[in-house]
Amino acid sequence: MSILVIAEHDNVEIKASTNNVVTAATNLEGDIHVLVAGSNCSGAKDQAAKIYGVAKVLVADSPEYEHCLAENIADLIVAISADYSHILSPATTNGKNYMPRVSALLDVAQISDITAIESSDTFERPIYAGNCIATVQNSDSKKVITVRTTAFDAAQNDGSAEIVDLQESHNLGISEFIKEEIAESDRPELTSADVIISGGRGMQNGDNFKILESVADKLGAAIGASRAAVDSGFVPNDYQVGQTGKIVAPDLYIAVGISGAIQHLAGMKDSKVIVAINKDEDAPIFQVADYGLVADLFTAVPELDAKL
Amino acid sequence: MKILVPIKRVVDYNVKVRPKADESGVDLNNVKMAINPFCEIAVEEAVRLKEGGTATEIIAVTVGSSASQEQLRTALALGADRAILVETDIEVEPLAIAKLLKGVVEKESPDLVILGKQAIDGDNNQTSQMLAALTGFAQATFASELKIEGAKAVVTREVDGGLQTISVNLPCIVSTDLRLNEPRYASLPNIMKSKQKPLDIIEAGSLGVDIEPRNKTLKVSPPPVREAGIIVETVDDLVDKLKNEAKVIT
Repeated sequence: MSILVIAEHDNVEIKASTNNVVTAATNLEGDIHVLVAGSNCSGAKDQAAKIYGVAKVLVADSPEYEHCLAENIADLIVAISADYSHILSPATTNGKNYMPRVSALLDVAQISDITAIESSDTFERPIYAGNCIATVQNSDSKKVITVRTTAFDAAQNDGSAEIVDLQESHNLGISEFIKEEIAESDRPELTSADVIISGGRGMQNGDNFKILESVADKLGAAIGASRAAVDSGFVPNDYQVGQTGKIVAPDLYIAVGISGAIQHLAGMKDSKVIVAINKDEDAPIFQVADYGLVADLFTAVPELDAKL
Repeated sequence: MKILVPIKRVVDYNVKVRPKADESGVDLNNVKMAINPFCEIAVEEAVRLKEGGTATEIIAVTVGSSASQEQLRTALALGADRAILVETDIEVEPLAIAKLLKGVVEKESPDLVILGKQAIDGDNNQTSQMLAALTGFAQATFASELKIEGAKAVVTREVDGGLQTISVNLPCIVSTDLRLNEPRYASLPNIMKSKQKPLDIIEAGSLGVDIEPRNKTLKVSPPPVREAGIIVETVDDLVDKLKNEAKVIT
């Protein structure tokens, strides 16, 4: 039996999260096939074929897959599922959207957000906002899995897989794409950035995030935020790092004016180096920080900016 | 329009849970239980649709032990009209919950099902999508805005890079994200009134679906501990450490 990895892409490019999932799949036995379902997705298809470790790329290029509507993608995956022992996707908002639909259609459980693979049927996954790690053994004949991408390194792009065009059309016609508002930014994406600087409630308002932007520009960093900052309307929700936002693990995470609620720590505590800048010396963020600076952020951040 | 709101009883979000000493599970002795925060948002959205004249009846439903009646009463106090407990003492997984909820959907024929995107205990984020698959309904997950327009729901969804808006045919399944609304607090008179509202109990077995667990939890262990580091005195010290000790900036 082979392993099917569902690619995350925007038709033009493969997202790095796909490479992370391919690495996860190499811990299982069997050829790795990658499904690229999209519309005018030849760019993504060619990139998928270069991911090291992939034997075959299956391409479903058709208008009904353009916006990754769960109903159509799930039907497509189910239609080609027979030959696969494991079906994996990244735990992105797309993967989280269509994969449970796939598992229910196949009448199997889903194992969400795995962080380690012990064997073909046993996996580790965080529960309770990462306060506990469960080791779970699944008894279904087919394993449907979403992968926490930060837990696996990205596979290199030096392979050359066979490309197979699928003639599969699945349009349920019960859902329809209307529009998308994707934030345009020259900065790296939060989930793939090497450096992240995040602001919390201590930032006081959205305008003050400008002082983080200057530091971010110098470090090539992405900008994130705690749920408190998002709830207060300082920045949009797609900045949110935490249990219900994005899970990140950059080389350097700088938490500015963030107290360190459990829900925030769940999203960033696997970062390699954590810096906390907060004027409250009792803030829980200091318990996970490698380097803590007890200082008023409005003096410390501009000073940091000047010294970089 | 009839709205079904499935909810879940979970450990209160302020509680920091720990594994049991023998790693056989999560230590839930004497911890405070509450309605899952995302489910509270689902109840609130349904109540607003009723207040706005779109919905006529709101039914709260949960799958769980008899203790879950407490959370159904909370939903009733927040504005649900009646409640259903699908009672079982088995620790049910999302697939089983979705199968049981499908049974309730068949009995009640709601036009809209609104539920939380994930429960903060298992962090699975599966039930709404599975229910959509089993009923054959369209799904609109991670909603931050919901509008009913004729026989369709127009939903703005929180996606990785920003927002996506889709239109789905009714009946449909909507799962709530944090920014959909800010739930109200139940007033004392409404808490008193909720005690008079109907709460029906259905035996899970009577719905005739397979709810046996597919996953076996072999152990529950604490996450790797991150040692606290050091406090630096000045920004200069910080920059020096990041350059020369951690070597994460140049």
